[in-house]
Amino acid sequence: MSNLIKFKIDSKECMAEKGTFIVDAARENGIYIPTLCNMPGVKPKGSCRICTVRINGRLMTSCTTPVADGMEIESNVADLQNLRKSIVELMFVSGNHFCPSCEKSGNCELQALGYLYQMLVPRFPYDFPIRKIDATSPKIIKDQNRCIQCKRCIKTIKDEQGRSLFAFRNRGHRLEVVLDQELGHLMTEELADLAMKNCPVGSIIKKEIGFNTAIGNRKFDHHAIGSEITL
Amino acid sequence: MLKKITIEPVTRVEGHGKVTIHMDDKGNITQSRLHIVEFRGFERFVQGRPYWEAPVLVQRLCGICPVSHHLAAAKALDVIVGAGTGHGLTATGEKMRRLMHYGQFFQSHALHFFHLSSPDFLFGVDGDPAIRNIIGVALTYPDLAVQGVMMRKFGQEIIRATAGKKIHGTGAIPGGINKNLSIAERDEFLKGADPLNADKMVEWAEGALDFFKNYYAANKDFVDNFAHFPSNHLSLVRKDGALDLYHGVLRAVDTEGKKILHDIDYQEYADYIEEEVRSWSYMKFPYLKEYGKEKGWYRVGPLARLNTAEFIPTPLAQREFEIYKALTNGKPNNHCMHMHYARLIETLHAAEMIRELLNDPDLLGNDLVVKGTKQKEGVGLIEAPRGTLFHHYRINDDDQIVMANLIVSTTNNNEPMNRSVNFVAKAVMTGKEEITEGMMNSVEVAIRAYDPCLSCATHALGKMPLEITLVDQDNNIIDRKRSH
Ligand code: SF4
Ligand code: FES
Repeated sequence: MSNLIKFKIDSKECMAEKGTFIVDAARENGIYIPTLCNMPGVKPKGSCRICTVRINGRLMTSCTTPVADGMEIESNVADLQNLRKSIVELMFVSGNHFCPSCEKSGNCELQALGYLYQMLVPRFPYDFPIRKIDATSPKIIKDQNRCIQCKRCIKTIKDEQGRSLFAFRNRGHRLEVVLDQELGHLMTEELADLAMKNCPVGSIIKKEIGFNTAIGNRKFDHHAIGSEITL
Repeated sequence: MLKKITIEPVTRVEGHGKVTIHMDDKGNITQSRLHIVEFRGFERFVQGRPYWEAPVLVQRLCGICPVSHHLAAAKALDVIVGAGTGHGLTATGEKMRRLMHYGQFFQSHALHFFHLSSPDFLFGVDGDPAIRNIIGVALTYPDLAVQGVMMRKFGQEIIRATAGKKIHGTGAIPGGINKNLSIAERDEFLKGADPLNADKMVEWAEGALDFFKNYYAANKDFVDNFAHFPSNHLSLVRKDGALDLYHGVLRAVDTEGKKILHDIDYQEYADYIEEEVRSWSYMKFPYLKEYGKEKGWYRVGPLARLNTAEFIPTPLAQREFEIYKALTNGKPNNHCMHMHYARLIETLHAAEMIRELLNDPDLLGNDLVVKGTKQKEGVGLIEAPRGTLFHHYRINDDDQIVMANLIVSTTNNNEPMNRSVNFVAKAVMTGKEEITEGMMNSVEVAIRAYDPCLSCATHALGKMPLEITLVDQDNNIIDRKRSH
C-alpha cells in the first residue's frame, strides 16, 4: 500500500511519503527550502531556523516538521524570505566572518545564502566578538570566529566508539562548540576531511591544504545554493 | 620667522600622505618631509592565523599590486613547507606564478604610465589640471588611452587565468599553485583577436616606449634634471646578473655602480638590512647595515633594477636596455624621471616574458605542489612593480603565524622619496610666498615617479585633494589653501 500523501507548497501540488520532513519532501518535489543546521540522514534539531515556513498561519521549522495530508505550506513568500535573510545577517554580525581571507569562501553555505538573499549592506550592528582559534589538533583548526553553532560537527563527527569529537562548552552568549582536546589529537585523516566538509562555514579547517581548490572549481562559483534542487 | 607648509591629501582608504615643507624667514626651504600612514596593521592581523592564509590575507594591503604581496607571502611559505626557494617548485608551479607576476607587472606598469603619468607628459607638469588627467588623455589622445585600457585588461586577464580572479585571487599556495593553464586559455592569450593577444601587447609596449623616447628628446632638460640625485640601488637579480622580477639574489650597487651588497641569499636579509624609526613618520627607513643610516639608504623600483641588472634576458627589452644604459655610459642612472623610461623597458620585458611563457608547455602540466621538511621560518622576496618587497614569517608548532615582518616597496623608497620631495621643493618653492597648483603638482610628480602605494600618488582621475597649510614656527596658520 502506498503511503503517498498530497500537500501544497506555495500552491504547488506536491506528493511525498507520509512522515517525511517538509524540507526533504520539498526537495523531492523540486522545491528548495534553505537549511543550515540540518543535514540529510541526521536527526534534525531545528536550531538555526533558516528553514522556517508557515503552515496555517504558524511559523514552523520545516526540517523538524513532517508533511501531513492536505497540508498547505508557504515558503517562498516575501516576509519569510526577509526573515531568512535576517537570520543570515545576524549570523554574519554575531561572528567574525571575513570572507576575503577565508578558505571556505566559495564552498561556504552561509556565504552562499548571503549571496542568495542579496545581503548587500549590514542592517544590524556588528558584534566583533573576541573569539579564539584552537590550532592544537594536528589535523584541523577550529576557528571560533566563524562558528555558527549549528551542531553539525557534534552530530556527525564521531569516533569508532560513537563518541563525538566536538562538544558544547559554556552557556548563554559564551556558548561555543569546541574540539575535545584528547579525541582531537587522535582524529583520523578521514574524520578531519569529513569534519571540514560537514561544517557549513569555515570554522573547521583541515591543516595545510588551504586554498588548494582554484577559484572556478568551488561549489558555489557557478551555481547558487539550492539551484540543484529547484526544478 | 620659520614657516611650515603642509600639503595634506584628504584621507582615502588605502593610504594617506602628507607633505610638510619647512621654510625659514628668508624663504629658503630648510627641510621637507613626506609622512605616510603605512599599513603596519597587517603584520599584526596575521598573527595567530594559519600560515597558509597569509598569501590571501596580506594581499589585501593593496588593490593595485596585490599579486606582489600574494607571491611574496607564498614564496616565504614555500620555505616553511620545505619546498625551498625559486626552482624548488615544480616547473608548472614556478612558471604559473611567473606568468601571474609578469601579468601583474604588465597591468600595473601600464596603469602607472597611461593613467597616472601620461597626463603630466602630454599636458605638462603645470598644465591645466582640468585636462591634465586620464579623462583629458582619453579626449585628446583617444588611441593612447585605448591602449592603456587594453594593456591593463590583458594583464588582468593573465592574472585571472593564473590566480582565479583579476584582483585578490588565490592561485599561489605554499609549495606551488592551485591550477595550471588550460589549452583554451593559452590559445586565447596567444591567438586571441586583436588587440588582446601577446603579439599586440609586445607591439604596444614598444609603442609606449617610443612615445616616451620622443617626449624625452623634446624635453631632455626636464627629464634629466627633475629631482636628479645620486643614491644606492637595490633589487633582486638572477644569479647570472640578469633582470629577474620573480626570483634571485639580493644585490645593491652604489651611485658609481660598485657592488655594495654582493648577491646575497635573501633568507639572510636581516643580517644586511636595518630599519630606522623616525619620530615624525609611521614608516620606517631601511638602510644597509654595513654603510649606516647616512650612506646605506637606497632606491628600489624600475630605476634601481636597471642599475643592478647586467642584462635583460629578452631580446627587444635588451636592445632598449643597451640604448638606455648608453645614456649614462653604463653607469647607474640617478635621474628620477628616468624611472618612467626604465618602467617602460620593463613593461616591454614583461610582455616578452608573457609571450615566451605562454609558449612553454610546462604551464599545462599537472604537477602543481611540492612539500618537504617543515621549517619554522621563511622569507619571501619579490620585485613588485614599485620595487623590492620583503615578507618574513615565523610560525609555531601549531602552524600559526607568530611573527610577520613586511618591508614594502614604498618603505624601501622612503628616504629617496623624501629626498626627491625636498629637491623639488627647493627648486620650485624657494622664496615663494604663494603655492601655485603647478608647484603642488611638481611635488606630486616627484612622488609619483616612485609610484608608491599611496592613494595620494595614484591620483586616478587627476584629482588629488590637497590642503596646504602655511604656518610659522609657533604653528600660527598664515595661510591655508585647498586645491579644489
Ligand atoms: S564548527 Fe561548523 S559544524 Fe560545528 S557547530 Fe560550528 S559551524 Fe557548525
Ligand atoms: S535547518 Fe531547520 S532549523 Fe536549521
